[in-house]
Amino acid sequence: MNTEVTNILVVGIGGQGVMTAADILATTALSLGYDVKKTEVAGMAQRGGVVTSHVRFGPKVYSPAIKPGDADLMLAFEPAEALRWCSHLKDEGQAMVNTFAQEPPVVSIGLFDYPENPIGKIREMGVNLHDLDAGTAAIELGDRRLINSIMLGAISDQLPFPAEQLEENLLNRFRHKGEEIVALNQKAFDLGRKAYA
Amino acid sequence: MNAVEPQAQDLRQFISGNEAVAQAARDANVKVAAAYPGTPSTEILEYVSNFPDIYSEWSINEKVSLEVAIGASLAGSRALCAMKHVGMNVASDAFMTQTLIGAIGGLVIVVADDVGLSSSQNEQDSRYWGRFAHLPVLEPSDAQEAYDMTRAAFGLSEQYEVPVIVRLTTRICHVKGVVINSEPESHTSAGFKKDPSRFVMVPGNAKNRIPMMMERDKVLKAFAEETELNRIEEGSDKRVGFVTSGAAYYHVKESFPDAPVIKLGFSCPAPIEKIRSFAEGVEKLVVIEEVEPLLETELRAAGVDVYGKDIVPKIGEMAPAVITPKVSKLIGETIAEAELIPTQQVFPRPPTMCVACPHLGIYYCLSHVKNTIISGDIGCYTLGAGHPWNALDTTISMGASLSVAQGLDKGRAESDENKNVLAVIGDSTFLHMGMQGLLDITYNKGNVTILLLDNRAVGMTGGQDAPSSGLNLHKEETMQVDFRKLCEALGVKPERIHEVNPYEMPVLFKALRQEVKIKEPSVIITNQPCVLTERYSKMPPLKVDMDKCTGCANCLDVGCPAILVDRRETVVKPNGKEKELAFVNIDTAACTGCNLCTKPCAPDAIIPAYNVTNIDAVEIK
Repeated sequence: MNTEVTNILVVGIGGQGVMTAADILATTALSLGYDVKKTEVAGMAQRGGVVTSHVRFGPKVYSPAIKPGDADLMLAFEPAEALRWCSHLKDEGQAMVNTFAQEPPVVSIGLFDYPENPIGKIREMGVNLHDLDAGTAAIELGDRRLINSIMLGAISDQLPFPAEQLEENLLNRFRHKGEEIVALNQKAFDLGRKAYA
Repeated sequence: MNAVEPQAQDLRQFISGNEAVAQAARDANVKVAAAYPGTPSTEILEYVSNFPDIYSEWSINEKVSLEVAIGASLAGSRALCAMKHVGMNVASDAFMTQTLIGAIGGLVIVVADDVGLSSSQNEQDSRYWGRFAHLPVLEPSDAQEAYDMTRAAFGLSEQYEVPVIVRLTTRICHVKGVVINSEPESHTSAGFKKDPSRFVMVPGNAKNRIPMMMERDKVLKAFAEETELNRIEEGSDKRVGFVTSGAAYYHVKESFPDAPVIKLGFSCPAPIEKIRSFAEGVEKLVVIEEVEPLLETELRAAGVDVYGKDIVPKIGEMAPAVITPKVSKLIGETIAEAELIPTQQVFPRPPTMCVACPHLGIYYCLSHVKNTIISGDIGCYTLGAGHPWNALDTTISMGASLSVAQGLDKGRAESDENKNVLAVIGDSTFLHMGMQGLLDITYNKGNVTILLLDNRAVGMTGGQDAPSSGLNLHKEETMQVDFRKLCEALGVKPERIHEVNPYEMPVLFKALRQEVKIKEPSVIITNQPCVLTERYSKMPPLKVDMDKCTGCANCLDVGCPAILVDRRETVVKPNGKEKELAFVNIDTAACTGCNLCTKPCAPDAIIPAYNVTNIDAVEIK
């Protein structure tokens, strides 16, 4: 068994399903018998703000928050958010980043600039970064909210438990919404998983 | 791979501190639970409302919620009320006297402090209330303890006949952890027993209760010294020992796992002697508490040598990254500078109003009215202080917009003679504490133009119901406040009350311009629902006809987050002056077709995104 605490940081913006993704990771770890803690900073999530969710699991977890420099894995739903939070990653930490950028109004109206090539910048800092355009893929599948399942699929082989466990927990969450939704999320998960098989 | 041995697998729940408190209320056989929504405590009552055996309500404000709970306690039943830290300020009038009466049925007040101000106007340490009112404060450190201590609080409340505070912080309320429930208990009310010398707090009676409260202090102090809620955890590294409570406990354990710790679950009154003897076994004693130097000050006064806020910050969370370097330095340990990835500067994502929010039209109008002082309030509309509207000049506390406006009017300088004083307040905030301000204005012949933004929801906390929505906590139909009649009853002349659709900006503008000129109180009620609630119905989305867009950027003044700048150009006008143009795009997937942005668009470049015949193909939810 893994005696260390695993730290997964999920970041993005309101409405992208960051908290749901973190919840699915957490409940998967719980179902495997781990001690789990999950904390969020989402004060203004419904209003376009930054959302970060910390998932920690292991034999015993104390603080719910991941220290800067302590995250094993960062799941970033937006490239500028990946740049904002990459300092939370460990030296040998991994990042999975959705390349689909979302500019806030403060950038659009010219008060601030969107960072140039955020993914390149993170790579330059030595982060083991994988990227995929989950945003476009989700829109092609018919619903932006599928980013969530695509991103979970993409990291499903990088976790200290089998991808199938995560998949099962993910799909269980959608069972009450009917088989069609389950099938769609299954498709999204597979798509993400294949991208990083 | 092998996971740890599953233990009582089916009993392990993964829930937040707020949900744990609700389950504890259920399992303690609480009869009445009341609250007014407020981050981070809102979800407690939402979870309680799922339990049919508990009477639960959204109260009008926190004072009312506490008084409802007090009544239930006096009736002999167990009662809980929940609030955020600033709610306790509102409730404190009842609170400070109830401590003299005490509790009959268990009376538990759950107060959630927003440490770090994720969604509040200040940062307060509610542990002070325990000292102020001479009653116990319990401090859970995680969801399991939120459950256990809420259960324990009811027992203590009845055993010592005292209201008990369970003090949470954001990191308890919103952190999910593993929780296992304990056996539910039953509680039977003995019924209301008249006891005027105890329940009627006139001076003669209250005076007699004060010595009893002092006696209770002694008993509680003795209990604090012996209870297992205050536990010592031995540690091998005795260079430093910690006194800690609440969320800070886990931060300490994370940072210094080998250090001895005295963890205070029952932190008021503090177990001073227990800490004193704990201190003898460690080289240095450090208090890590959120947020004020409270235990630290009490320990110093008792002659115990401690470190505390002299080495760690006086504000915000005591996170591992905050305390580790400070305490390591204290014990002369240099921590190897880990080669961290440097923090990257990225643009902020400040909260914005929602796409199609009815407040957008109101703030567009307000930002175009000259010569104003706009007194604001607590709610989504506080965002009107920001870009692009900059149309809000004060925000203080619930309901303050009206009374502060009265003061701004009466206290105006000669140089402000021509300024128009306005107040902006939402429906739920008006009912919470704003009505009194309006009555003060009408009674004292004030001159304030009031915008009452009735979106029929407590929007900022997620669209909860209020008497303005016509639904209660259980989504059952109930009375719905008639704001026109209410304002009339509070003394506003009928002809000075206007009900306006905020999406009809010209009408709103006209009403505003007319009323600011009239030197008496007037109320403009806007009547469209919060877009986060089911009442709001989306319309077909819009797009920009790029051939028609002239780059004037007028639509950006609406402030809708679905309008994005596509490209910028600088042109030279015939008079030789440079002009910045911004050509826009509409995020059609986000747009709900409210049409607000079409109003300031002179070239009519904003048009339906889809042919009307095609509308069935558009996903509208």
